Amino acid sequence: MSGYYLNLAIRCLRRNVALTALIIAAVGVGIGATMTVFTVLLAMSGDPIPAKSSQLFTPQIDVWGPSARRTGASADSQLPAGLAYHDAVALMQAHAAVRQAAMYGISQVILPPSGEPMPRGGRATYRDFFAMFQVPFHSGAPWSVQDEVAHRNVVVLGAKLAAQLFPSGNAVGQEVTMETGAFRVVGVLEPWNPQPLFYDPSGNAFGRDEEFFMPFTVAIEHQLGGNSLLCHSGLSSEWTARLESSCVWIQFWAELPNAAAARAYRSFLRNYVADQQKSGRFGWPPLVKLSNVRQWLQIEHIVPDEVRLNALLALGFLLVCLVNAIGLMLARFAGRSATYAVRRALGASRFDIFLQCMVETAVVGALGGALGLTLTALGLAGQRATLKSVSAYTGQLTHLDPSLMALTVTVAIGATVLSGLYPAWRAARSPIGWQLKEQ
Amino acid sequence: MEVMPILSTLRRNKVGAMLVALQIALTLAVVANALAVIQRHWTDMTRPSGLDEANIFSMANQWVGQPDDLAARIETDMAALRALPGVVDAEATNSFPLSGRSWVWGASVKSHQATESAQTSVYFDTVHGLAAQGLRLAVGRWFTPDEVIEFKTNEIKSTPSVVLSAALAKRLFPDGQALGRSVYVTGDEPERVVGIVERATSASGTGMEYVEFSTFVPGQLVNSQLLYLVRTKPGQQQAVMRGAKQRLLEISRLRILNAVEPFSDSRTNLFAVAAATNWLLATVCALLLVITACGTVGLTMLWVAQRRRQIGMRRALGARRIDILRYFHTENLLISAAGALLGIATGLGANLWFAKHLAMTRMSPVYIVAGALVVLLLSQLAVLWPALRAATVPPSLAARGL
Repeated sequence: MSGYYLNLAIRCLRRNVALTALIIAAVGVGIGATMTVFTVLLAMSGDPIPAKSSQLFTPQIDVWGPSARRTGASADSQLPAGLAYHDAVALMQAHAAVRQAAMYGISQVILPPSGEPMPRGGRATYRDFFAMFQVPFHSGAPWSVQDEVAHRNVVVLGAKLAAQLFPSGNAVGQEVTMETGAFRVVGVLEPWNPQPLFYDPSGNAFGRDEEFFMPFTVAIEHQLGGNSLLCHSGLSSEWTARLESSCVWIQFWAELPNAAAARAYRSFLRNYVADQQKSGRFGWPPLVKLSNVRQWLQIEHIVPDEVRLNALLALGFLLVCLVNAIGLMLARFAGRSATYAVRRALGASRFDIFLQCMVETAVVGALGGALGLTLTALGLAGQRATLKSVSAYTGQLTHLDPSLMALTVTVAIGATVLSGLYPAWRAARSPIGWQLKEQ
Repeated sequence: MEVMPILSTLRRNKVGAMLVALQIALTLAVVANALAVIQRHWTDMTRPSGLDEANIFSMANQWVGQPDDLAARIETDMAALRALPGVVDAEATNSFPLSGRSWVWGASVKSHQATESAQTSVYFDTVHGLAAQGLRLAVGRWFTPDEVIEFKTNEIKSTPSVVLSAALAKRLFPDGQALGRSVYVTGDEPERVVGIVERATSASGTGMEYVEFSTFVPGQLVNSQLLYLVRTKPGQQQAVMRGAKQRLLEISRLRILNAVEPFSDSRTNLFAVAAATNWLLATVCALLLVITACGTVGLTMLWVAQRRRQIGMRRALGARRIDILRYFHTENLLISAAGALLGIATGLGANLWFAKHLAMTRMSPVYIVAGALVVLLLSQLAVLWPALRAATVPPSLAARGL
């Protein structure tokens, strides 16, 4: 039966081409514009590490105290986004979680044996970083605890940098010359670039690449400053002063596999800061906060307001297109009421008519979806072209993957069918006799 | 005119009328808010920086291998750049307006103020800063050589003086007497305002309230990464740009020179996302208006088709073509006016919500009312063709089928 309706639907679509085209255009343009904007929003609000996002936690400690807070917002929402060196080291030594790593972003100029020097971004961290974040290794392995303790110059290279420095292949065991000295390569990663860069989203969470990783202890020994430094007071150019200061510049992540572990870690943190207060470091009862990946991305305000605003506008746009489609479908079915009357007179039930109209609507929705998909691809290509200079947009933010395509078509058909309900219901209810008499 | 019969007809066709009105309302609300976003971006994109934009180019210089004679190297570079033919002046700095490298501090008028009076962009400049950027002094003077001190990375020292942008001076000292007064920007020691420049925007070029707040600090930042800013004589930028890069590499190759670009490129890059968003929103708005118009045409066509016999009767009873035309236009005006009123309310409501939750600027009601008029006009145009078709219905149709 539904095959027959499909056949009928296609015949009917061909009968009133202008109106059909108008409905398809309305649905397609609405879907196209909305999905172009939503692609960016979805990419920005995606989960960068879905398998573990609820098991990874980052602490915040109230090192600046109440005097650094503004009135109006809650104290809890104004804790410094990062740790001071003192606390990062203390938490590492306490080893209170299954895995933990203090880390900070660094920049180095890499000097290849031949060719231009290459400025690159990287990260100083502990070896747990790799296992905790499930970083895939192409060859080699993370450095050892001994490397960390003995401050050995070892480095793990990202896939891109390894390919640039050692095009012939095996990089493990080779030496890389950086500004700070020669580093032995212990591992090379598979391409890995979680977006947003959840473990350090400050500044730019998208389109940033970290291409090498070295032991935290080595970076500190070489006095490598971080890429960001937030101070409430006492900014100084002296390295030892920086290590002793309350400036926050270090991220810290801990793996806590279940709720009990998270609870235990929270109370550990509370005890830690209470001890610090007793020892006279804080003149106030310090707050602590422990957030998992999703909560942290919220706190760091990863999705710009601007993108949310655009998404809402796009949603409004889709709504207009659908209201438009409802009107046009009403017109379409009403124009064919005589045909329905004949079918009813020949024995079709109201439900049959309703079903026929809905099948027709779904066909229109599918065609609108196809148009919408094309327009989405065009819109994203346009965005990429105009945003060539903004690295984030040339990457994953404007990437149309198969799941997104499926979503686009599903939304198109779903929305069209939804907007076809009322017109179809009306068509099914139109009286028979009066229509037939008019013929 | 014949409003009552139209209303009674509409009462029998509630759904269709409501759909048209709803569509107009939503269109107006979306378009008005989108235009508000576009307008805000446009304001940012076209706001003058206060610099001599046409004749400035910049380079990002990074020394390789942490040399310990940075101060001397910067000095050598600057001397070489200033000696190039066609160069007005050059400066090595942390940032400049619209460079995209924000360096924002709090500015206060009293020491140890609990909350800062304003947030300001901070630029480190030597005696060459004024000429190298082409800034225009409103009052006072620029820095003298003895005021300029050396800053290491992450070091905070108080300087004897600062120069403020006029907007910041007005914010800190609303009485308009900023010159010679003390401010606290770099630390707890007072700094005297020795000059005020007419205009200098923030490095990010956005940030509604703070965008015009800038402070120039007399300092030479000694850092392995700095921005080199070069102002040339009119028309010589291209040639100097090539020569400058070459000259710097002759002095030392142990450096990375990035982003060698005229000021206009810095501006374009800084606002690339805003420009792309504007294009997207403008396209969406245009499409939205077209679709709404098409929808109105479609529905009115339906109504004309449904009322062919009634139209025929009216014609037979003596109505002229213009009367039929006017009927449909009046009907449309009633519906879309209702929609426009709803749209104004929805649009303003949405804007208030956006302003509260999504850091959007408040929209002037004048804009949305103007938008409403445009939408009404468009709607009237859309109804013209179906109404003309209606007017051609012959009076004889009334007699048929009776």
